[in-house]
Amino acid sequence: MSKAAAIDIASVTKVYGGTTAVHAISLKVPAGSYCCLLGPSGCGKSTTLRMIAGHESITSGDIRLGNAVVTDLPPARRGTAMMFQSYALFPHLDVTDNVAFSLKMKGVAKTERRARALDMLKLVHMEPYATRRPAQLSGGQQQRVALARALITDPEALLLDEPLSALDPFLKIRMRAELKRLQTTLGITFVHVTHSQEEAMALADIIVVMNEGRIEQAAHPREVFERPATAFVARFMGDHNVIPGRVTAADGDRVTVAVPDGGAFAATGGTRAVGESVDVAVRTDRVRIGAPEAPGLGFTGIVDGIEYRGATVKLTVSGAGVTDFTAILSDAAFFAAPVKVGDAAPLAWGSEDAIVLGRLHS
Amino acid sequence: MTAAADDMTAGSTGRTRASIFARSSAYLQAAPLAIILGCFLLLPIVMIAVVSFWDYDFAQMYPDFITLNYAETLGSWVTWKTYLNTLRYAAIVWALTLFIGFWVAYYLAFHIRTTTMQMVLFLVCTVPFLTSNIIRMISWIPVLGRNGLVNSALVGAGIVPAPVEWLLYSDFAVVLAMVHLYTLFMVTPIFNTLMRIDRSLVEAARDAGATSWQILWNVIIPLAKPGMAIGTIFVVTLVMADFSTVQVMSGGQSASVALMMKNQMSLLQYPAAAANAVVLLVLVLLMVAGILRIVDIRKEL
Repeated sequence: MSKAAAIDIASVTKVYGGTTAVHAISLKVPAGSYCCLLGPSGCGKSTTLRMIAGHESITSGDIRLGNAVVTDLPPARRGTAMMFQSYALFPHLDVTDNVAFSLKMKGVAKTERRARALDMLKLVHMEPYATRRPAQLSGGQQQRVALARALITDPEALLLDEPLSALDPFLKIRMRAELKRLQTTLGITFVHVTHSQEEAMALADIIVVMNEGRIEQAAHPREVFERPATAFVARFMGDHNVIPGRVTAADGDRVTVAVPDGGAFAATGGTRAVGESVDVAVRTDRVRIGAPEAPGLGFTGIVDGIEYRGATVKLTVSGAGVTDFTAILSDAAFFAAPVKVGDAAPLAWGSEDAIVLGRLHS
Repeated sequence: MTAAADDMTAGSTGRTRASIFARSSAYLQAAPLAIILGCFLLLPIVMIAVVSFWDYDFAQMYPDFITLNYAETLGSWVTWKTYLNTLRYAAIVWALTLFIGFWVAYYLAFHIRTTTMQMVLFLVCTVPFLTSNIIRMISWIPVLGRNGLVNSALVGAGIVPAPVEWLLYSDFAVVLAMVHLYTLFMVTPIFNTLMRIDRSLVEAARDAGATSWQILWNVIIPLAKPGMAIGTIFVVTLVMADFSTVQVMSGGQSASVALMMKNQMSLLQYPAAAANAVVLLVLVLLMVAGILRIVDIRKEL
């Protein structure tokens, strides 16, 4: 139970008929870490997980688990266990037999396998329900049983396919804390597929943001949040405004970017040649109403919408060639100097809050 | 004032009428089916039960209450032999249709990838049913007969020196024709249950290290049991009530309960046939009850 395996995905491609679901992705997940595959539906994250699990064949490339190449091994011989999105509990077996299923397949005697299943149920606090059928359990309870069933194979890596998507919001938050606790206790590698940024941020040691079968960024959540690698990541994480433009001046890693028929913006963090087209990201929560402290660090636009959210207020502003620019203001800052829809409002941000985004080389 | 009072009375009568209508509407909605079932199922069964206690001679029936018909039916060893023979047919045909039906349904449900192809192949299975039972049965005769296709092929190939006699007009022929006629009644409900099995269950089993046979035995067959039970009910009741297949394919050499009844009726021994029918009905109902006890089919319905 203590052994954990690193997962090494080396230029793995998956082609279905004529469509490529996964484009030669490479990824290293360190042993014992919690990795979240994040992306919109159809981005290839589930396919990637299923290829690691062995439920999907790999068109080209290799997957290593620990020191073993598992590319052509059947699921059960990879040292992985998978938890399915709908939990896939066997409806005709009681909870204990569900958990003991893999032991039964191995030919372990009935009393021993039921005893071991009961131990596993204790781990997920489900032993009072040992004789129930899955249909008699709530969603959260079914999920615990599915977890116990996956863990009884003593896997080196646990693969979870959208494990929380079927739960109600309150339970989702509780179960996610439990998943994290379980991962820390067991010390094995978890790979978790999700389309929820919040879930990935809360759980992961590494977030892998995927889009159209490619990895856009694989990094610690803090880096993904603070320094999104591409415009897609910045938009998908939802906390950045993305301003596309063309470089008009460059000085080391500082550039000035001009928006077509609009303003010029300063940004840091990327060496770019003059004339190159580039995306600039501005943190929504760092924008304030007021005059910029330096040219290129703000603009004046017309307020299109105001959304009150309690602790914060969301402004949507258009101007200087930028549409739907979002500013998240604290309620105190907003109500100190309120604006109305249709007003012209000057927006400003700090020089470190505007960064240059990269692009995927495809 | 008076007008207002009149209005109120009228209103309350209207409400009463409406509530009577609402209460009776449920009965009205159930009435057509109840009438049809009552006239065409319940009434005939009651009549058969009543007639089974009547007396008769070679020409006429006499309303009476005697148990002689039952005593004769149950007291004769011919009856017992016929029942045993019918049960034997039912058991053999059930086992064969279950085996064939399960594999056909399994192949359709798990090995055909596209839904369109599944539906096309399923419809292909039903094509023989566009012709009547009798025609499908009789079409076996030129195949199995003394100078039929099989025998001429066997003799022609030199495998047997003389035509094989037991192919037609034998228990073999009866069972073959029944399996041919009734396998689809097994395929359909099993296919239906198999299509409802969540495919991720199969993956979960494979993830737990199950081989294909283990998946079949531990996951698919247990989940297909309700379909098998429904198919079993169809096949068993059809075989137990069959007389034409037995008569045609055995050439009159074997008997079934229904055939015995038919013979009694052609001798105008209606009360005896009725007593026989009641015994058969009770037996079949007991068998169905037994199946329902073993397998819970409610979730299939």
